[in-house]
Amino acid sequence: MTDFSDAFGAALGLVLGFDADLAEIVGLSLRVSFLAVAIATAVGLPVGAAIALYRFPGRAALLVAMNALMGLPPVVVGLIVYLTLSRAGPLGVFGLLFTPAAMIFAQMLLVTPIIAALTRQVIEDLWVEYEEQLRSLGAGPGRAVPALLWDGRYSLLTAVLAGFGRASAEVGAVMIVGGNIDHVTRVMTTAIALEVSKGDLALALGLGIVLMALSLGVNGAAFALKEAAERRLG
Amino acid sequence: MKRLMTEMAMVLGALVYAAHGAGPAAAETFITVASTTSTQNSGLYDYILPRFTTKTGITVRVIAVGTGQAVRLARNGDADVLFVHHKASEEKFVADGFGIRRFDVMVNDFVLLGPESDPAVVGGEEDIAEALSKIAGAKAAFASRGDDSGTHKKELFLWKASGADPKAASGSWYRETGAGMGATLNTASAMNAYVLTDRATWLKFSNKGALKILVEGDKRLFNHYGIILVNPKRHPHVKVKEAQAFIDWVLGAEGQAAIGAYRIEGRQAFFPNAGR
Repeated sequence: MTDFSDAFGAALGLVLGFDADLAEIVGLSLRVSFLAVAIATAVGLPVGAAIALYRFPGRAALLVAMNALMGLPPVVVGLIVYLTLSRAGPLGVFGLLFTPAAMIFAQMLLVTPIIAALTRQVIEDLWVEYEEQLRSLGAGPGRAVPALLWDGRYSLLTAVLAGFGRASAEVGAVMIVGGNIDHVTRVMTTAIALEVSKGDLALALGLGIVLMALSLGVNGAAFALKEAAERRLG
Repeated sequence: MKRLMTEMAMVLGALVYAAHGAGPAAAETFITVASTTSTQNSGLYDYILPRFTTKTGITVRVIAVGTGQAVRLARNGDADVLFVHHKASEEKFVADGFGIRRFDVMVNDFVLLGPESDPAVVGGEEDIAEALSKIAGAKAAFASRGDDSGTHKKELFLWKASGADPKAASGSWYRETGAGMGATLNTASAMNAYVLTDRATWLKFSNKGALKILVEGDKRLFNHYGIILVNPKRHPHVKVKEAQAFIDWVLGAEGQAAIGAYRIEGRQAFFPNAGR
């Protein structure tokens, strides 16, 4: 198995050589996944919090559905987005297929249920803990949402990071809706798939190592941010 | 709370700004070509497309998938040009009104690979149908694309000529990977199976393992590539002018010479045959 040692060599060579193509691919990967997660967060946090605090008919079914959607297969999401954005599909006129926008859209669909479901759990636990206190201060569920989101911010950060992990690691959706076009829609995961299909397993694994290092960097940065905030805000 | 809001707004603003760069470049003229993995994985596009772009300023965006999927993309209007290798599907595409006209571009050939041990003893066989029938007789492992690609269709055509029915053995010695050429070659290499591939992909392939070419040269193994402009009457957004410029270039002296000049490890991979 020389592939493993070759892979580390390839990864090191890619990073040290500061390959311009690699930088482009890494940049696009980060932009697509960050934006998808940002939109998913903007939608997922309030939706998750609302479901945690309000009681309404069909809530249990919605909870189960939302938890199940955390396991949405990327390839299915890719297919749905493809059929929607294809020229033959309902949103075809916008010509968004095979663009980064299509990839952001697909990843957003994948990540939103994850963030919403995890937010729901975090907020529901906090609500159980603080309901009496908040109500005695005159804060019903509606007024409590921002306070609880703020109070649960560190747990919610983990929810957002879980979403980012999902987005940056998936290949099924971006391959279909992005098309893996060189210099346009090629991201880390589709580049890895391409190298595997060329039989260059060492380079593919080398790219994989770079991707994992990126993920480590993002999570490390989030951790440092959290630590700093905890020290400053208590 | 207020500070949090401001911070969140700043982060969001930064993200929107970052995503802006992720959008398609507006000024760039480009066409989308639905094509096959063999032309991309062989490195042909990396060699010829920059020449076309330098000359015309038109960028070519290649979606490299199996021929079956490429035809579906073009049918849906998600590409301006179809550049694949299964003549019957291409002619049907034109006959159904989705394409204007099919032109021959180039040929190369398919080869039958197998493990060096060659359990079905097909090495040096000149008749591909005979070789396949020996593999079926020996129940030796055979990896099939199984994905409706041009190579898969060719393989099924050759099985038919052999008189054997591999489908009946699906899951035992006949293994359908349902994947691209590269993935199928990786699989075949790992389980020492026989496999049909186009020569260009094989030459460029790195993970060869114990596989080698056992059967080649039968004229039924020829692999014809064709190019078709997607019909603007069906799909009015097709970039006819730019797409036609690309087709003219590929079929013209310059494109044909570029195709013929491409070498993989010193060997010519594709043989231009436009207008012949």
